[in-house]
Amino acid sequence: MSALSIRSVKKSYGNLKALDGVSLEVEQGEFFGLLGPNGAGKTTLITSMAGLCTPDSGTIEVMGHDVQKDFRIARRQLGVVPQELVFDPFFTVRETLTFQSGYFGLNKNDDWIDEIMANLDLTSKADANMRSLSGGMKRRVLVAQALVHRPPVIVLDEPTAGVDVELRQSLWQFISRLNQAGHTIVLTTHYLEEAESLCGRIAMLKNGHLVALDTTENLLAKHRPPGLPPKILGDDGAADLEAVFVKIMAEAH
Amino acid sequence: MAELKPMTPIALIPEAKIQSGLPALFRKEVKRFYSVAFQTVAAPILTAVLYLLIFGHVLSNSPKIYGYEYAAFLIPGLVMMSILQNSFANTSSSLIQSKITGNLVFVLLAPLSHVEFFAAYVGAAMIRGICVGLGVFLVTMWFSSIPFEAPWWIFIFALLGSALLGAMGLLAGICADKFDQLAASQNFIIMPATMLSGVFYSIHSLPPFWLQVSHFNPFFYMIDGFRYGFFGQSDVPPFQSLAVLIAFMVVVTWVALSLLKKGYKLRH
Repeated sequence: MSALSIRSVKKSYGNLKALDGVSLEVEQGEFFGLLGPNGAGKTTLITSMAGLCTPDSGTIEVMGHDVQKDFRIARRQLGVVPQELVFDPFFTVRETLTFQSGYFGLNKNDDWIDEIMANLDLTSKADANMRSLSGGMKRRVLVAQALVHRPPVIVLDEPTAGVDVELRQSLWQFISRLNQAGHTIVLTTHYLEEAESLCGRIAMLKNGHLVALDTTENLLAKHRPPGLPPKILGDDGAADLEAVFVKIMAEAH
Repeated sequence: MAELKPMTPIALIPEAKIQSGLPALFRKEVKRFYSVAFQTVAAPILTAVLYLLIFGHVLSNSPKIYGYEYAAFLIPGLVMMSILQNSFANTSSSLIQSKITGNLVFVLLAPLSHVEFFAAYVGAAMIRGICVGLGVFLVTMWFSSIPFEAPWWIFIFALLGSALLGAMGLLAGICADKFDQLAASQNFIIMPATMLSGVFYSIHSLPPFWLQVSHFNPFFYMIDGFRYGFFGQSDVPPFQSLAVLIAFMVVVTWVALSLLKKGYKLRH
């Protein structure tokens, strides 16, 4: 059983085809990257997985459960970190996480909530009102909210946008530990060095179409722009995926 | 960061006992208005008391209604008006705030059905409406002697009236895209309909035309039925008011549940 099974998903907003027949499978335990320029359809695909929007056609299953027909079980399998920095200003961090856990029907979940807060360095802010937190801290709470029900599949929609280096590092350490513990991770990001170093497989979207899907290694090997040295920006290879990404996007119509 | 213990592999995590998310959403909605109780509970009580002080004083020499002085007649109307307005305000303001700030996504991501969503929001609205109504009654009851001729009608109309306005507030919150639209529905529909529903007068004191118009105002039946519980007398029979209230409740609930199921203006 795949962690995520996306079959021929189409979604239009008026004349705009946000998703035009996207199909892909993400296996359990993968660290999967979903890349594409702005407007490629990444967020539409994620919101379709989460049931926040309904595809015009096609099916999406999370851990074998259809997100529309079997939404209760499917949503329990999925934790989504939204792109927007949203929060409820009425509550403290602990209240926010306790309520979120309760929405998923988990009422005695304090041990896990404490563990998430410790991992995300939120313990000292547990009783602070959400309004009083910095942007980085709010971002941590967003991640924590997606994890309160300990979902096997975790989707992070640009989780490091506008985030400082320290949080990025602690966030990736935590997400990597979750992945090592068996959680499937789906990541969208515009920081391609993050995708290259973390993701085992990568899908690239453009204008609602899937234009590339392969292991990170194969993508780097197959699509390296000709004439360029193996490392085009320094020794860490950080720009490799960027060059590949630019090439694939230029070739895709 | 402190040393972290190794994470339990997901395959070894015991199956959690899963319950409905409704109680958590209900608690969250109650806590939301409780955390700003000065604004959501105390302020409407003060407003109702000011109405009583002003109208009760100005109209203190007016003829008795149902055999009681004007202040006694006014108090149940003020209580019910407060229940209705605050039930509406709770669901509508909560939903529009969550929609506009974007934090509604946390509820939409959860495995809550449209029925659970409806029940939690409307249930919390009923709590706020009844808290305010009870507060208004406890403060105003000292201003006049009020009978309790048929108390069950008081409970029935308070519960159903708050549920109906809670559901109407939910509808308004779903349909509104901005605070301005919500304020329009509150100020141009709910407020006039409650104020012109016989809170401050018996509709039998109106000219024939306005007497007839009042019969098309559903809020009139809620106020009148609620008042029957105190005085054992009303402008129309309480069963007629109850029938109108139930009919509206059924229609509004059906519309609200249909919109929630479709995800109208909530999911895309």
